[in-house]
Amino acid sequence: MAKTGWNEFEIGAMLRSFDGKIDDIAGTLQEDRAYSKNNSFMASVADWRIIKPVFNKDFCIDCQFCWVYCPDISIISRDKKMVGIDMDHCKGCGICVEVCPTNPKSLLMFPEQADEETELANWPAKDEEKK
Amino acid sequence: MAFDKMELREIEVWDGNHAAAQAMRQCQIDVVAAYPITPSTPIVEGYAKFLADNYVEGEFVMVESEHAAMSGCIGAAAAGGRVATATSSQGFALMVETLYQASGMRLPIVLNVVNRALAAPLNVNGDHSDMYLGRDSGWIQFDAYCPQEAYDLNFIAFKVAEDHDIRLPAMVHQDGFMTSHTAQGVKTLSDDEAYGFVGDFKPMNDMLDFEHPVTHGVQTEEDWHFEHKARQHNDLMTKVLPKIEKTFEDFAKLSGRKYNLVERYDMDDADVCVVCMGTSVETAREVAGEMRAQGIKAGVVGIRVLRPFPFMQIAAALKDVKAIATLDRSSPNGAAGMLFNEIAGCLYNTDTKALLSGYVYGLGGRDLTKKHLVDLYKELQANVDAGKVTTPLQQFIGVRGPKLSFL
Repeated sequence: MAKTGWNEFEIGAMLRSFDGKIDDIAGTLQEDRAYSKNNSFMASVADWRIIKPVFNKDFCIDCQFCWVYCPDISIISRDKKMVGIDMDHCKGCGICVEVCPTNPKSLLMFPEQADEETELANWPAKDEEKK
Repeated sequence: MAFDKMELREIEVWDGNHAAAQAMRQCQIDVVAAYPITPSTPIVEGYAKFLADNYVEGEFVMVESEHAAMSGCIGAAAAGGRVATATSSQGFALMVETLYQASGMRLPIVLNVVNRALAAPLNVNGDHSDMYLGRDSGWIQFDAYCPQEAYDLNFIAFKVAEDHDIRLPAMVHQDGFMTSHTAQGVKTLSDDEAYGFVGDFKPMNDMLDFEHPVTHGVQTEEDWHFEHKARQHNDLMTKVLPKIEKTFEDFAKLSGRKYNLVERYDMDDADVCVVCMGTSVETAREVAGEMRAQGIKAGVVGIRVLRPFPFMQIAAALKDVKAIATLDRSSPNGAAGMLFNEIAGCLYNTDTKALLSGYVYGLGGRDLTKKHLVDLYKELQANVDAGKVTTPLQQFIGVRGPKLSFL
């Protein structure tokens, strides 16, 4: 694509979201959509992030608060069950951690280079002072 | 159709503004987003009245500025509608930022520009400052010299702009007041003939095609911007003029009125000629005829299409004349005039030995009289007789005070 010449693209400052015709896009899961290579979904912006959320499913109650509040649609939820985080698009803002209501939280922020297995193994215990 | 047709006489007495408004009605514009400014206001007012009276099926969007007017037009055009508006002068200047958006996004909007001077000092009368301001904006620019042409060129503008090989916005220029407010006989097309000529609007990459979603107005940096601009320039340089010529031919078949990229009057054997635009072309034609009675073989070249600039056609039109005057109706503000420079560029690598001199005239609606042109043709003949330009290269016509000339 980087070597495409001036005569090799569609005219106008426009990009197509999908390859070919789409139908019922709201009823189609992201992984099943025919995103075009120009769609921002296809670009990883993981390197914008310096801290990352880690998800601990042991404490999650599937309340969907993180899914609702995530400004980048980066919480993956299927059939109202929290599945994980889209780490290609998460910017590390921490809003999911802020809104998580469980004790201990089911999402916590760690430095980008932190090892996920280690952090899950050392997950904080329930804070008894919180009511 | 849900709207009424209008019965027109074969010849109607219309000023340039009404002629343009009637053309917009007959083209059945879907969206007009407009902000009023003298002297172009009656064009969009006219469309609004036709809409209110059920002669058009469309939408009139009232906005808070000309910047918003063109922005509204851009949105409507990207959505997939036939879109037009009108403006002048300061309003045009305020639109400039969005003019580049419209052309870069390849949206076939038609803008009627009723030419007017740019402040300061504030002035509502006609000169070509606003037309010159738009000349690098990537739009096609047609120039009408009278109401008939303002009417005809609107149809031609839509037909060219909306072609899927072109997809570039187009301006139709007419002189403020001299054309816009001067009523003349205008030969009309019937509503069916006119609409049949421009045809149904054929959308391309429109946002209302929900099965093929597109993002319009994307950002590119050093990695892509140059390719987009190159593509646009390529299409302007290679595709637009042939398409305009084809459309001029089609329009002549329909109406009997034939337009040319470069209009030549009395040029077949001319020794001296003026190159100009707008209503001045008609004055110059009359004077050229009178000069011939005095033994001066005078001709006139009128620029019909200012952008893309008909470089080769102008060089061909001027190849046999001995002295040329370029008439710029806009202050060059520190340079030779635009027409002087463009035409010097056309001729430089040709075999012509024509003597080229430039004139600045008519700023802020100052009249260009026949006397001015008689004197000008005599100066050109004196140049021919002397074998060199005997005057400064840039002279001002019709300005009070000591004779003003440069270069």
